[in-house]
Amino acid sequence: MKRRLWHFHGGLHLPEHKQASMTKPVVAAALPDEIILPMQQHIGSPAEPVVKVGEHVLKGQRVAKASEYVSAPVHASTSGEVIAIEERGVPHPSGLPLLSIVIKPDGKDEWTELKPVPDYAQLDPSALRNVIRDAGIVGLGGAGFPSFIKLNPGPDNAVDTLILNGAECEPYITCDAMLMQERPRDIIDGLLIMKHALRARHCIIAIEDNKKVALTLLKNSLQEHEAEFLKIVSIPTIYPSGGEKQLIRILTGKEVPSHGLPIDIGVVCHNVATAAAICKVINEGKPLVERYITVTGETLDQPRNLKVRIGTPCIDLLNACGWREDQTDEVLMGGPMMGFGIPALDMPTVKTSNCLLARPKDQPHQQPAMPCIRCGQCAAVCPAQLLPQQMYWYARARDFDKIQAYNLFDCIECGCCAYVCPSRIPLVQYYRFAKTEIWAKERDKEKADHARQRHEFRLQRLERKKKEDEERRRRKKELLKKTQPKPDSEADIKQAAIQAAMDRVKAKRATQKQQKKNIENLNEKQQQAIEAVEKRRQRLRNAGADNEENP
Amino acid sequence: MNSQQVHSSPHTPPQNSVTRLMLAVVFAMLPGCMTYVYFFGWGLVINIVLAIFVALATEAGMLRLRQRPVMPFLTDGSAVVTAMLLALALPTLAPWWLTIVGVTFAIVIAKHLYGGLGYNPFNPAMVGYAVLLIAFPREMTAWLPAEIHHMGFMDSLRYTLFETLPAGTTFDTLTAATPLDTVKTELGLDHTLDEIFTSHAGLFGGVAGRGWEWINLMFMLGGLVLIYMKVINWRIPLALLGTLFIIATLFALPAPDIRPSPWFHLFGGAAMLGAFFIATDPVTAATTPRGQLIYGAGIGILIYVIRTWGGYPDAVAFAVLLMNMATPTIDYYTQPRVFGHEED
Ligand code: SF4
Ligand code: SF4
Repeated sequence: MKRRLWHFHGGLHLPEHKQASMTKPVVAAALPDEIILPMQQHIGSPAEPVVKVGEHVLKGQRVAKASEYVSAPVHASTSGEVIAIEERGVPHPSGLPLLSIVIKPDGKDEWTELKPVPDYAQLDPSALRNVIRDAGIVGLGGAGFPSFIKLNPGPDNAVDTLILNGAECEPYITCDAMLMQERPRDIIDGLLIMKHALRARHCIIAIEDNKKVALTLLKNSLQEHEAEFLKIVSIPTIYPSGGEKQLIRILTGKEVPSHGLPIDIGVVCHNVATAAAICKVINEGKPLVERYITVTGETLDQPRNLKVRIGTPCIDLLNACGWREDQTDEVLMGGPMMGFGIPALDMPTVKTSNCLLARPKDQPHQQPAMPCIRCGQCAAVCPAQLLPQQMYWYARARDFDKIQAYNLFDCIECGCCAYVCPSRIPLVQYYRFAKTEIWAKERDKEKADHARQRHEFRLQRLERKKKEDEERRRRKKELLKKTQPKPDSEADIKQAAIQAAMDRVKAKRATQKQQKKNIENLNEKQQQAIEAVEKRRQRLRNAGADNEENP
Repeated sequence: MNSQQVHSSPHTPPQNSVTRLMLAVVFAMLPGCMTYVYFFGWGLVINIVLAIFVALATEAGMLRLRQRPVMPFLTDGSAVVTAMLLALALPTLAPWWLTIVGVTFAIVIAKHLYGGLGYNPFNPAMVGYAVLLIAFPREMTAWLPAEIHHMGFMDSLRYTLFETLPAGTTFDTLTAATPLDTVKTELGLDHTLDEIFTSHAGLFGGVAGRGWEWINLMFMLGGLVLIYMKVINWRIPLALLGTLFIIATLFALPAPDIRPSPWFHLFGGAAMLGAFFIATDPVTAATTPRGQLIYGAGIGILIYVIRTWGGYPDAVAFAVLLMNMATPTIDYYTQPRVFGHEED
């Protein structure tokens, strides 16, 4: 039976360039001289080191603990000595250095004591989630959202469909494809564990139809009784089919609401590599300390996939694959469509690193942009159904209200628009710029709000104090007046005190009313802007897991 | 390796360029142009060459004046397309100054004074044409009838440069109104279509103007190739031609004597050139999918209205200019539903 699939708007057929890195089996990368473990390799707050400089650690030992709910611990990816805990450059578009634990390997690669879970089906979902959280598992597809949160549907949500994303739609990247070929059963086992945690009804593993081998091998490792609720679905190869929202649309025909999460429509989506990692945690007790990384590009002699200890410097991986530095223009982390240039190659690979892509020099990539000719080709390919040309216009004009009215925040930065733009405008760069500016403004506003509130409280307090002082004086006066003719009228004093208290309440109500008016006087536009900001904040607070898996 | 330089994604080599789009448009116009030359003689070639030359010269001059980089813009091909469209709109026998005035106006006023490529609200070629039509109505409406090759290349060139005609001919004996123009004038004199077609037998062919129908067919083929190549989108041409066809049918059915057939409208004047090459000018057309349908349909309606009841024989230029004015509004009200949003 052929499963019905849906389309998403736009998208691109890209040259794949995947074959080069798929001809050789995956081998483990050599132990580097130094392992650098940044405290933030995930979305959320950074982990906190629990080891000291000079301490000897074992492979798989926790070296940093999760600091808050949305956070993930970090584990040593080999045995050795902690030689530094300091800020190091990390490959991230922001380029900011992060606190990192640096380990000098002792060459033994000795594991810490491992505690597999013998029968996870006996474990209740929340205990299972704790195991996964403590293993430091984050979404391995790209964004690195802590997985245990995405395995918690919440009390009011039922999970109809659990999707494993094996689309891997970006050109050049093949680490998921190789994983599916080499460890198909681990992926299915991981999926079953997730299913248990989520109490999901159906499961789907989605694979682009250019990965025939992976598809067959996965199908072959599926047991008969599993096939009733677990479907392995081949989807058309079109970029960005691996975008979470696009994939859900393809498989279910449903759209994740703009400010919502997949769970709102009863869907949860994880990456295949995450499933395999979870399988390792449960069956072998091994936390997340290594992953597959594609090392490829035209300036490598042996492009291939490597099994890499997290924290291995990029340069070691490149050299292991016969890198020709002199011919390389730039090394990207990630694919050509959504990846970013690595500022310095001694930076470590992290949990979310899926690909190192060396770009040759002769590619004329930064040509002068021409003006937008409004040809609309960008809109025709935009999977979010946006109008990139209008957003570009307003980003240039720094009109951030208008650009939000054109739904800037629905942009998934897939790069389709810039890819087809005849004027070669770096559109995505403009959108990132606009988003950053808007975020900065919101932070400022939040700060200003706090300051304003504090100020208003202070004014109120002063006002109240003034009134109370006056009141006291008045009472004293009255009392004096009254005491002279009638020295013992205690009832009057009481009356006065009650009166004063009531006045205070009245005064307080009055100021409150005034404040409210302040809000009511906002015009509709301001109101909408505030609501939009609130919504987004809410979403961030809810630990928005959208955009989580990188296509 | 220069790893300090960090570019924004995507990191793919450029796939597309303005020059590529414009050149595709130029090539797609060629079959139509060649057919035109076959029926009306060499005048068009002279006009096109002169127009391109003037367009590039004024473009370069304006870029220099506005202190913009000259080469990237000069080679983007947009000036060439403007020049060709304007040359196609001129009568075959056009004196040199007519072409120069029109092209200069198009490039200097309609394009660069509005900010150059991408910023002009009106189609420059159509602005140039409209200005010429208003300023020089006599020169602009005198056409050679098809297939009467009185004039070879040298004769045409001589006319362009010196406005001298071959011995024994006068301007009035050589030229005539276009078929569309003729139908309009004669209908105004209460003649029926049958009478007109018989009295001006030489002007008309199978379904529309003689020669014109073939030229239109060729422009249509060129346009279809552009759609196939995804240089232009199908929506505007289809909406334009579809609307024109439907309205013409609706009016022709009850009054076949005085309302020309839809085929006459589609293949008679500049309808195909307008639908595939003029109305699809990206800069001045609507860009949302629904907006493009409305924009095309609007032009279709206006073409019919102006041709039938307006004061000008052909209407493509004015119809396009009028809809150019509406473009921002159309775009604003036809924004597509964004993924994950409710239909509103
Ligand atoms: S593709 Fe480029 S030139 Fe065309 S409308 Fe979009 S931004 Fe403008
Ligand atoms: S980068 Fe944003 S605007 Fe461009 S195609 Fe992708 S989603 Fe649309």
